[in-house]
Amino acid sequence: MIQLDVNGKQQQLDVTPDTPLLWALRDTLHLTGTKYGCGEALCGACTVLVDGAPMRSCSVPVSAVAGRKITTIETVDKHRVGKAVQEAWRTLDVVQCGYCQSGQIMSAVALLSRNRKPSDSDIDNAMSGNLCRCATYVRIRAAIHEAAKALV
Amino acid sequence: MNTIENLSRRRFLQGSAGLTLGFCLPALAAPAAGPGKAGEGAVGPIHFEPNAFLRIGTDNSVTVISKHLEMGQGTYTGLATILAEELDADWNTVRVEGAPADAGRYNNLFWGPAQGTGGSTAMANSWEQMRRAGAAGRAMLVSAAAIKWRVPATEIAVRDGVVSHAKSKRRATFGELAVAAATLPVPTDLKLKNPKDFRLIGKQAKRKDSADKTSGQARFTQDVQLPGMLVAVVAHPPRFGATVKSFDAGRARAVKGVVDVVQIPQGVAVLATDTWSAKKGRDALSVSWDESQAFKLGSDEILARYRELAKTPGLVAHQSGDAGQAFGKAAKVIRASYDFPYLAHAAMEPMNCVIRLGDGRCEVWNGEQMQTGDQHALAGLFGLKPEQVSIHMLYAGGSFGRRASSQSDYVLEAAHIVKAIGGKAPVKLVWMREDDMRAGYYRPLFHHALEAAVDGNGQLSGWRHRLVGQSIMAGSPFASGMIKDGIDLVSVEGAANLPYAIPNMKVDLHTPQDIPVPVLWWRSVGSSHTAYSTETFLDQVAAAMGRDPVALRLELLARHPRHAGVLKLAAEKAGWGTPLKPGLPGERRGRGVAVHESFNTFVAEVAEVTVARDGSVKVDRMVCAVDCGIAINPDNVRAQVEGAVGFALSAALHGEITLKEGHVVQGNFDGYPPLRIHEMPVVDVHIVPSTAAPTGIGEPGVPPAAPAVANAIAAATGKHLTRLPFNSAELAA
Ligand code: FES
Ligand code: FES
Repeated sequence: MIQLDVNGKQQQLDVTPDTPLLWALRDTLHLTGTKYGCGEALCGACTVLVDGAPMRSCSVPVSAVAGRKITTIETVDKHRVGKAVQEAWRTLDVVQCGYCQSGQIMSAVALLSRNRKPSDSDIDNAMSGNLCRCATYVRIRAAIHEAAKALV
Repeated sequence: MNTIENLSRRRFLQGSAGLTLGFCLPALAAPAAGPGKAGEGAVGPIHFEPNAFLRIGTDNSVTVISKHLEMGQGTYTGLATILAEELDADWNTVRVEGAPADAGRYNNLFWGPAQGTGGSTAMANSWEQMRRAGAAGRAMLVSAAAIKWRVPATEIAVRDGVVSHAKSKRRATFGELAVAAATLPVPTDLKLKNPKDFRLIGKQAKRKDSADKTSGQARFTQDVQLPGMLVAVVAHPPRFGATVKSFDAGRARAVKGVVDVVQIPQGVAVLATDTWSAKKGRDALSVSWDESQAFKLGSDEILARYRELAKTPGLVAHQSGDAGQAFGKAAKVIRASYDFPYLAHAAMEPMNCVIRLGDGRCEVWNGEQMQTGDQHALAGLFGLKPEQVSIHMLYAGGSFGRRASSQSDYVLEAAHIVKAIGGKAPVKLVWMREDDMRAGYYRPLFHHALEAAVDGNGQLSGWRHRLVGQSIMAGSPFASGMIKDGIDLVSVEGAANLPYAIPNMKVDLHTPQDIPVPVLWWRSVGSSHTAYSTETFLDQVAAAMGRDPVALRLELLARHPRHAGVLKLAAEKAGWGTPLKPGLPGERRGRGVAVHESFNTFVAEVAEVTVARDGSVKVDRMVCAVDCGIAINPDNVRAQVEGAVGFALSAALHGEITLKEGHVVQGNFDGYPPLRIHEMPVVDVHIVPSTAAPTGIGEPGVPPAAPAVANAIAAATGKHLTRLPFNSAELAA
């Protein structure tokens, strides 16, 4: 049994300790907003926040995050920054297929939580680990600036 | 909402021909809503056919049923916009639902009797149909109000989901009239709006899927969980054509969570209670493969063969004038040849499919793009009738053509697994990224050879274009219509119909039959390579003639006003002819243009690039002009072109699937890297105002992007790149 703190709830999971956090979230806790894209920390679709920092959940075993605060897309709107990012994404209709967008949003939330006025190159640095095959990058960039404005 | 479907709608579900608009009613069953037209013979394209595209709830909800897959291209929003426009619905109350698999009601009107999504046809084939569906609903609501209020229908107005009669000051919402409207006959004589009265079409209708896709609530195939469901991960053959010789499942079965291991025609499947256990089990399998029949060539050898083939004449796809004579008399001949690699679609959601068998039925959950083809394939495997295969069309995490598998490949793989376990549990087949990238169904590798003749008067007098590459349509359900006299029309699209006024032209094609690498349509299909070779070669010709690329094109496009229109617009918005701001020391900058028609949509793009000393290319800005007829959702047109530019640049800068001795080299995003945010240019999109019927926008932004960039690189460096993806070593200063 592994104990995880996910979205403010304590969860007991009967999974092997090597199970990546991604699959524990998706298949055991049925939090399917976090996506699988590559399994190798190459695409960012699986990004969640662990103690506020972005992590590729496909490449972190559950044993490594036991007891740490994990936040997923499902509760992102419970936090001021998350709400602002989500709103900006909706205002600008960023999404296309949407599959990468949970990860994009989590990375953007992490960025704006530590940097309220990111420059374009801050955005490049923080977001370049998140692939979008639909290439919604123009709007991702614009939405991050938009959210930053709303957070002033 | 407490609703049931009315009788007519239920009659459909029972398989008998009935009608059309399903008004959603509370509690009691409403009388049947009058006769529809189903069964009255074949329905031609773009005629109103009995449909079930609309439900109105007593809670004022307006549900539009989408017959097309939402895979990012904005179809759900687009179809709903068209219908809601004619219905005069309140956009905020409109929601969209995916249609079931039922080609009788939901066929693609451009595909005859088949249901499916592709070829940028969703808006174009549905335009009239959705307008009529909305107008019929509106007319029935108006009639219901007229009867209730005893006023002439002509005095009734509808706006934003409210029906009103000014003189008597009466008003009612759609929901309040739904019950009464459902009892009325469906009108056949419909009046559609004058486009100048549009309030949603051409305006800003927000995407319907934004909320769910920004909260983790959107449901993709990957997210399906059914009671008792098993997850399957498969060991696939290491080469195309290899089969299982034998396998040892001992270590796989020892993995906690693994429930079963079965052999299927596609390999060996490990079934487990969850994805991670299934993957661990798959990785623990030891399989020995029979590779005696496997394909063992590499991309280099395939290319070498194609180059040899290109020395001999192929089947003629287009001929006008006398090219032989033009080249015989030419004052100058320009030549170039091009190599295009295999490309994977690499949709962000790897292929997957959920299938449940039982009670003489097969139930499928899938980002479903080819309903009719998949229904037949599954029915064949299970010994069912196609209508016993029901399909839940979920959101697709991208496709770019991949989910429209001509052979139902991954869907059948899931089905074989369910069959191998005797249907005892529902199965979710999950492909890991490597399974997806190595499964084939690529954009075919192509080789092109081009020649142009310039006559003594300095005029472009001849053009010869030879293409070598596998057929996509061969063996697909579209083969009979799309292969004419041995020519796969999509192999030569964009080349055989080159719009330029060149008096003597010849386009011919070799279609190698002995390369078994599975190939498939990849966003923009043939135009993904023909636009590149034709548009960059024309720039080489322009350079040789000492002509400006835009001026030469405009001269040659005198009889193609829509091509010329987008070209002028893009050139003007990009400041064509004005000097570019110079780069930093050592940097070379350039501007390039390309124009191309695909799927009846016209797109011109002007690229601005910076080439660094080491030859690396940064695309700074793309200025795009689009003529897609009436732009149903201008913001979505912009979004699709932005995305298309990024998609095309992924291929131009990085994209290559390589075979080595029959093995696919790349397996994940390290070897096959899509564009990342820091590589994305600024994209300006300009839409040509139009009153023509809408055409597609999912694909047409792709073809001009790479050639525009290549032409910009040539302007900056003098080097014309003829091999994709670009090799920065060729550009080092
Ligand atoms: S799935 Fe974790 S980074 Fe791609
Ligand atoms: S929206 Fe499709 S991958 Fe990003």
